[in-house]
Amino acid sequence: MELEKFRYDNKIVKMFAYATILWSLVGMLAGLLAALQLVLPALNFDLPYTSFGRVRPIHTNAIIFAFVGNGIFMGVYYSMQRLLKARMFSDMLSKIHFWGWQLIIVLAALTLVLGYTTGKEYAELEWPIDILITLVWVVFGWNMFGTILRRRERHLYVAIWFYIATFVTVAMLHIVNSIEIPVSLTKSYSWYAGVQDALVQWWYGHNAVAFFLTTPYLGLMYYFLPKAANRPVFSYRLSIIHFWALIFIYIWAGPHHLLYTATPDWAQSLGVVFSIMLLAPSWGGMINGLLTLRGAWDRVRDSVVLKFLVVAVTAYGMATFEGPMLSLKNVNAISHFTDWTIAHVHVGALGWNGFLTFGILYWLIPRLFQTKLYSDKLANMHFWIGTLGIVVYAVPLYWAGFMQSSMWKDFTPEGQLKWQFMDTVTKMMPFYIARAIGGTLYLIGAIVMTYNLIKTVKIGNFLEVEEAEAPALSGEYHSHSKDHWHRWIERKPVQLMVLSLIVVAIGGIIEFVPAFLVKSNIPTISSVKPYTPLELEGRDIYVREGCYVCHSQMIRPFRSETARYGEYSKAGEFVYDHPFQWGSKRTGPDLARIGGKYPDSWHYNHMLDPTSMSPNSIMPPYSWLLDDDLNTSLLRGKIKAMKTLGVPYPEGYEDKAIDDLNKQAEEITTNLKKDGIETASSKEIIALIAYLQRMGKDIKAENKEVANK
Amino acid sequence: MKFINYLESITGIGIYPLVSLMIFFMFFALVTLYVIKADKSYINKVKNIPVSNELQ
Repeated sequence: MELEKFRYDNKIVKMFAYATILWSLVGMLAGLLAALQLVLPALNFDLPYTSFGRVRPIHTNAIIFAFVGNGIFMGVYYSMQRLLKARMFSDMLSKIHFWGWQLIIVLAALTLVLGYTTGKEYAELEWPIDILITLVWVVFGWNMFGTILRRRERHLYVAIWFYIATFVTVAMLHIVNSIEIPVSLTKSYSWYAGVQDALVQWWYGHNAVAFFLTTPYLGLMYYFLPKAANRPVFSYRLSIIHFWALIFIYIWAGPHHLLYTATPDWAQSLGVVFSIMLLAPSWGGMINGLLTLRGAWDRVRDSVVLKFLVVAVTAYGMATFEGPMLSLKNVNAISHFTDWTIAHVHVGALGWNGFLTFGILYWLIPRLFQTKLYSDKLANMHFWIGTLGIVVYAVPLYWAGFMQSSMWKDFTPEGQLKWQFMDTVTKMMPFYIARAIGGTLYLIGAIVMTYNLIKTVKIGNFLEVEEAEAPALSGEYHSHSKDHWHRWIERKPVQLMVLSLIVVAIGGIIEFVPAFLVKSNIPTISSVKPYTPLELEGRDIYVREGCYVCHSQMIRPFRSETARYGEYSKAGEFVYDHPFQWGSKRTGPDLARIGGKYPDSWHYNHMLDPTSMSPNSIMPPYSWLLDDDLNTSLLRGKIKAMKTLGVPYPEGYEDKAIDDLNKQAEEITTNLKKDGIETASSKEIIALIAYLQRMGKDIKAENKEVANK
Repeated sequence: MKFINYLESITGIGIYPLVSLMIFFMFFALVTLYVIKADKSYINKVKNIPVSNELQ
């Protein structure tokens, strides 16, 4: 058979590798800043741009989409060319993909710093960037499928399946969760409200973990682990089952992020059942990875790459064991809203994603530069300091989460809550310090790696033109009689994609359709009314400043929560919340019933200096809200958008809204004046106070109505 | 425009999860069967794709 000559594109791999290293450092630095802000609130610098509510989304987005994102593309572009024995389909598409993705990252950083956010975790970016992401993602898919169609290897290796499933599922998740109605270039409202928004968001959020942090990395594991160990994967049969089971089951598990919330009970149960089932494919994959090294464990001693990969796969096993456990309702009742969750995700992020990426980089860079790694000693140092960093990061946070939850639930023999919320915050400090130390160690490791790799690049000689040859595929595939249906899928990338899409779509459809269409799932409450214009503007400030990062708006039906915060949250209370703001972490107390709890002046002083109202508070000050004028230029558009979304404002209300806004603002200003605070009614703080004072009050009105009857 | 409450209830909703369970039970049964019966030499060939070609 005639051999065709072709060249691998190593340049694009190099570019993505450099971007991976750069953004890893940026993302980790942002994380370290956020961690230190919890210990030293002065590090918020009293500036909107550097306050925790904005830094934390920058950290999460930078790690997920910039660091891991570029890591995925680096590994995919390297492995896919070799698994398919073909150069990438188009150098131009590769370049557009690379620069488009970096542009998205820069735009994301800028807009998040400026407070342009949709307020939905890990999907904070505003609609123009959402569209850009969609376009760049299509370019990636186009390039990938073009390469697959030109391949010289008939059978698609299992890693490619994972890449295809990643492509199609992320596209689906991103589009469905990002449906929003634009008000301006930098402001939009989620199409969904309340419970529905929550279900869509956590279907997305959970599967971002599944299909951005897991499936592409499993694909990389199935390529780079055999490469580094120089032996095939333990069981290819297992990998086939692993693939289908994982993508089918993962997609259903989203509601386990919403246990004991106001979501329908059947959805929660569904989430729990599938989360438990998920243990099987996850561990199947982990075992497949680890057993690849059976009989060759001695090599791990000498190979720093294998060390990183082994710890990565082990961390994957630990995180995917813990995940199903955290999905049990009785465990979740303890862990949810605490730092336990933060510890859990960092075992995944630092261990699985971080270490797998580092392992690949240490393997790849010397190969791309035709040399040996500059220093094995430094790489080993990185391995140990990184491992130590993970332990020092995670263990204190597990402890902290458990402790905080126990304190929240602690009652005195007389039946009173034993601890003020602030007591539980103060008790966290030593753990937060330890976490910051762990994070610093991990970052130092990454810096050492960067130095080591720069040195390697300097001494090496970049292999830009890598020649290869392979026979072309004959035009027709002659199936022999005992050919099997699944092999048909293995040869057909498009069929594989369509089947993957069907597999992942079913879970979403079954979960959403009843929640959207069937009335009994979201019982309405007649006393729940739309927000006034001023409250709506205040809510937008709440979203802008990222308050949801530290404060939940979801009181679970536990005695410890109703005693602390008031009546538990009902689905009907959130029907006008575009987007929902339930939050996922209680660094500060829940705010669902904050309305009317304190006078207006308390909130005013609290925003100026939180410690003046609650000593030892670690909340950053928000003094700019007291100085800046509220921008009401979008109010008309906002009311119109809300009406489009089904919020029952009266006919023509968009023209009258501004009068109502001014009137309510005057009332609050007068209230503040009574307490000796002089301020103009045009300030942002007035709108925020209006929103905070509204929260959770509707349902109190209902109780009054009932009492009057 | 709003995605809410078009239906008071869906009659026979119970059939949906049942049907999807059936689909996937059968799908998995078939995949498992295929995996068990798959030709060993073929599996070995595919399994070695990443490591077999030393051109890389």
